[in-house]
Amino acid sequence: MKKTYKIEVDCANCANKMEQAARKTEGVKDAVVNFMTLKMSVEFMEGYDHKEVMKNVLTNCKAVEDECEIYLK
Amino acid sequence: MTKKQKNVLTRIIAAIILVIICRLLPLEGIWSFVAYMIPYLIVGYDILKKALHGIKNKQVFDENFLMAVATIGAIALGEYVEAVSVMLFYQIGEFFQSYAVGRSRKSITELMDIRPDYANIEGEDGLEQVDPDEVETGTIIVVLPGEKIPMDGIVREGESRLDTSALTGESVPRSARPGDEVISGCINLEGVLKIETTKEFGESTASVILDMVENASSRKSRSEQFITRFARYYTPAVCYSALALAVLPPLVLYFMGKDPNLSSWIYRALTFLVISCPCALVISIPLSFFGGIGGASNQGILIKGSNYLEALSKVSTIVFDKTGTITKGVFEVNEFLDCDNEEETLYYAAHCEGYSNHPIARSIRTAYGKDIDESLIDNVREVSGQGIIATINGHEVACGNDKLMRTVGVDFRKAESYGTIVYVAVDGRFAGSIIVSDVLKDNAEKTFRTLPTIGVKKTVMLSGDRKAVAEGIGNRLKISEIYGELLPEEKVEKLEEILAEGQTTAFVGDGINDAPALSRADIGISMGALGSDAAIEAADIVLMDDDIYKLVKAVKIARKCIRIVYENIYFAIGVKLACLVLGALGIANMWLAIFADVGVMVIAVINAMRALNVKNL
Repeated sequence: MKKTYKIEVDCANCANKMEQAARKTEGVKDAVVNFMTLKMSVEFMEGYDHKEVMKNVLTNCKAVEDECEIYLK
Repeated sequence: MTKKQKNVLTRIIAAIILVIICRLLPLEGIWSFVAYMIPYLIVGYDILKKALHGIKNKQVFDENFLMAVATIGAIALGEYVEAVSVMLFYQIGEFFQSYAVGRSRKSITELMDIRPDYANIEGEDGLEQVDPDEVETGTIIVVLPGEKIPMDGIVREGESRLDTSALTGESVPRSARPGDEVISGCINLEGVLKIETTKEFGESTASVILDMVENASSRKSRSEQFITRFARYYTPAVCYSALALAVLPPLVLYFMGKDPNLSSWIYRALTFLVISCPCALVISIPLSFFGGIGGASNQGILIKGSNYLEALSKVSTIVFDKTGTITKGVFEVNEFLDCDNEEETLYYAAHCEGYSNHPIARSIRTAYGKDIDESLIDNVREVSGQGIIATINGHEVACGNDKLMRTVGVDFRKAESYGTIVYVAVDGRFAGSIIVSDVLKDNAEKTFRTLPTIGVKKTVMLSGDRKAVAEGIGNRLKISEIYGELLPEEKVEKLEEILAEGQTTAFVGDGINDAPALSRADIGISMGALGSDAAIEAADIVLMDDDIYKLVKAVKIARKCIRIVYENIYFAIGVKLACLVLGALGIANMWLAIFADVGVMVIAVINAMRALNVKNL
């Protein structure tokens, strides 16, 4: 399953770091952060609840870049 | 400007004023330190805070941490002005970056302003505005002059002209009459239209296009991947070299019994840290791609990913489908050969073919233009595979191919032409031949003349049509390789052979029955896709209208964009490496390092914004 989230982040390198952090999160198959459109699309592994996974993604992203935000819908 | 940006700007200005005041005051020793700390903290407190946060999360190589170390180091060395300046310029750079990115984001969204916000439905008390997402298929919606059509549908009432320029880049308005299919995103220019919707909002053309353009930069190009990877190694590498620079040379000098000059080496190391931020690269590359894709879509060229834009810039072989791509797919009478009286020949031919439904017959009647007087036609006989013989106004007329001429025993002159040749004989005498052929698209010749000049080395045409026809058209356009009489699956086989040559190859088709070829090629380009979902779906790059010259434009846009990308990569890496070397030798001071960091980024971003400007290519 693939979902797209709106994000808030200041610099392009921070966006890359968020992408790395999201990819390393358990349950995430692939993640792409698009700095220009401020969107993060996440592909989830089977058998994971996307809401739970996204909470962890957010925590991991905050750890690398504390001023970022992911709008979980 | 956002609130955050205003806040940063105020702090920057305040700090600049304070630094100037500090310079003017006769400050000494500790007082100098205290005085400069005020602007330093005003402009840099959030960087220091983020640096602490970074240390807590073991993010040592983040730029906040580096800036903190560089400036605190400079303070420790007593270089207060430089410490404040580094912080100040870093913030100015960040501010500029966020402003520039915000601006380009906005200008691209404005370019792509095709998403309608509402739909009008006739309610009990006149028109009601509703959320387009809630409109079901089959609803009648009303579009007033000046409004955007919110979803695809068929006109039921009203006549108007539509501005399709946001979708196709084509400035001539299209007319819309009852029964016409219209697509969302077009602007209604004149009358009130009542439209029966055929698609939901989310599946309508405007939404599909926007979605695609927005997601395009998620498919990252190789240059972007390179930069991301580069950034990941660059920063740590520079940091370790800085550490080495601060420690090793003084140690060596010390053991050699010379003056280690520790503070000078530490200063050099701090210059390194200032240069270590990869921001200029990391921001300017995706910005260039985003600009190129945004500018292209404004010209009616949809590019589904940065990777395709990159591939298109390298394209050296382009394979074309013939019908619908190079030619219009419409038969027209093109020329008359060996006729004493063209009008008379056409008159007899049109009447002789008066009852036939064959496309060739229809095109002859269209060329004749007048009504067919059926009372004059008598005794029509069709000779299978050859043509038609009929009595027209008392004259015996034969109309068909060369075999028919031989059958009726007429002495005729064989015509040399690439179209379909219709020979006409009246009363046993040859009356000339009519050439009917598929018409070239308006810009086809110009396109094929231009392609070699923009780096396309080889053009190939694949056609299901007769070899003679294909070669006729191909030779006229000077296409390098021409293949006729191909079945659809043979087209894919031919394409595979061409792909095996290892050149970056694009396939251009109309997207209707060449989906396999479109997806097989390195770059699949579909044409005239406005309103055709299949064509948009199958291709990597979509030319929204029928104009084949758009292909040249697309290649030019791609080349310009990639050129900007490479300029930025070489410029940013080059300046940074040069400053690193100069810094290590002690020639470059921290001011030059600030230029290498912030200045380069500003220049790279301004350069990247050029990618958006593609109108005059």
